[in-house]
Amino acid sequence: MDIKILLVDDESDFVETMAKRFGIRKMPIDTARSGQEALELLAAQDYDVVILDVRMPGMDGLETLREIREKNPLTEVIMLTGHASLEAGMQGMNLGAYDYILKPADFDELLDKVRTAFERKELNAKSRKQGG
Amino acid sequence: MLERSGYTKLRVKMILTTLGFSLIPLLILGYTIYRQFEISHTNKILQNLNHITENKRRTLDLFLNERLSQLTAIAYTHRLQYFLEPETFERVFTLLQARSKYYIDLGIIDHNGDHVVYTGPYQTIRTANYKDEEWFQQVQAKGIYISDVFMGRRNYPHFIIAVMRREGDKSWILRATIDSDIFDSLVQSDQLGANGDAFLLNAENILQSKPRFGPRLLGKMDLGAFSRFPGVRSEMIEVGGKQYLFGLAWLENKNWLLAIRDDPTEELMPLKRTRHLVWVILAGGLLLIAGGTVLTSTTIIAQLVRSEREKATLNASLTQSSKMASLGKMAAGVAHEVNNPLAIIKEKAGWMRDLLSEEDLKASPNFKEYEDAITKIEYHVTRAKDVTHRLLGFARRMDPIHEDIDINQVLNQTITFLENEARYRAIEIHTAFQKDLPFVASDSAQLQQVFLNIIDNAIDAIGKDGGITIRTQAVHDPDEVIISITDTGPGISAEKLDKIFDPFFTTKKVGEGTGLGLTISFSIIQKLGGKINVESQEGQGATFIISLPLRKA
Repeated sequence: MDIKILLVDDESDFVETMAKRFGIRKMPIDTARSGQEALELLAAQDYDVVILDVRMPGMDGLETLREIREKNPLTEVIMLTGHASLEAGMQGMNLGAYDYILKPADFDELLDKVRTAFERKELNAKSRKQGG
Repeated sequence: MLERSGYTKLRVKMILTTLGFSLIPLLILGYTIYRQFEISHTNKILQNLNHITENKRRTLDLFLNERLSQLTAIAYTHRLQYFLEPETFERVFTLLQARSKYYIDLGIIDHNGDHVVYTGPYQTIRTANYKDEEWFQQVQAKGIYISDVFMGRRNYPHFIIAVMRREGDKSWILRATIDSDIFDSLVQSDQLGANGDAFLLNAENILQSKPRFGPRLLGKMDLGAFSRFPGVRSEMIEVGGKQYLFGLAWLENKNWLLAIRDDPTEELMPLKRTRHLVWVILAGGLLLIAGGTVLTSTTIIAQLVRSEREKATLNASLTQSSKMASLGKMAAGVAHEVNNPLAIIKEKAGWMRDLLSEEDLKASPNFKEYEDAITKIEYHVTRAKDVTHRLLGFARRMDPIHEDIDINQVLNQTITFLENEARYRAIEIHTAFQKDLPFVASDSAQLQQVFLNIIDNAIDAIGKDGGITIRTQAVHDPDEVIISITDTGPGISAEKLDKIFDPFFTTKKVGEGTGLGLTISFSIIQKLGGKINVESQEGQGATFIISLPLRKA
């Protein structure tokens, strides 16, 4: 089961390290450094799960989330909040994010959330197919 | 808040202003009424006095006029020859006396001043010659003459009335002597009151009638010099060091001044009484107004002090809240800035751990060291994360739920968490709960966190051996439940008391406390609508007092 994951964060060190850690677990991920870049990638191909930082320069996480929900409604989004007022996370949930996780996050916890998000995405896709 | 002296000043100002505004009209009113009464009363007295004076003057003038007319009539009805018969003259005199008993004697003096005929008790003056007497000259010149009262040859106070008649080229004078006592009875009367007086004065201020008080007849009564004036006049004149009111009038027939003296003390008695009454009313009014003013100002100042105090308390709590709010914002900012690097450190360490699991590295002689280092890094990142997450927890907005909770039960639950720790440190936890404590609409989980923080702090403060006393009590107005937690620890110094609720303020060792426990407690209690306070003195333990409203406002 290959999960197509996109990690969006403006911190290069963070993104690179995460990519390596996912990579070593045989889960290659794509990365983007801004909301804009993420939307471009999403337009080019489908992703199952997007891990999205809330606070980024330019287009911030919540804005990006809104766009994603509009254009790729099946894609599940996990909000990553470093500054993380819970409010931002909650707001994200209201906008349709799958879950949120506080930075610094536990990697295993993040992995779990990615997996369950993927499961839900699959479920949604199936029901849509059946319904459609 | 105003100083105490400021309140005193304000109070004095209020009292003075009120007194001024109420007393000035009162005084003006009192004075005006008294003044009006005085004027009308004085007018009445003067009118009365003038009336008496005028009446008496008329009576006196009438008396003198009658005497003059009688004598003139006698002199002009018969010739001198007729009177020279002693019996005839005697008869005329008897006739006169029948009409007026005050005639003493009657005589006729010829143009040489010789007494030609006389009838009366003083036979010694029969042969007297009056040629050189002043009155003789006067009567020769004017035709009639009324003398002042004098003792004269008869050595008895009397006065004379003389009428001259010309008969051919000769003239003769009919002279009557009149007892001056008549004036006493004419002048005096009951109208004058107990201390009033009346008398006649000649031009030289010699008394012509007997006054009731003061000098005797023919004594001097100095009222000052009055030139003749028509009608009646009233004057205040000092006699014997006392002021008297006099009614004065000159007689028409004689150069005599009629003086009626009014007793001022008697006449002015109603005025005095009025003045007395006015003073009593004024004093009563003053006392009433002053009392009322003092009472009112005391009430107002007390009210002011109370509201100032309430305002100060409110200000203090507002200051504390805004401090908390800005500190919350700052804490959130710091937490964010720290969280991102922490996340990177954590992931780098995680990556290193991932790499360590590879076979060839496990063979490295330093493998154990690497693993230890990574574990430590991860441990301390977690520790730092705890701090930042607590900070965020403090900063985030909580929406407390409101359920009916029994504070005593929440406290008991909290105590069970800490019992073991306390027992281990030989600290006894006493409870003095009010039975049937009313339910409080609040959030039990959050309250438990607060109680836990405070009791945990108390245990830490005591260290070993001591006691913690927890009390609950319901109070009214406002309806609140008061929870106090007292420890026997070392107490808190005054400067630390000020900062005790500030974030990151801690007295614990590094790593043992975050300095956020009381900060979070404060913001929880505040959000629940309650208040939290500390009372402590160094060396005497500390008491945390939490008051919670029964219902959130």
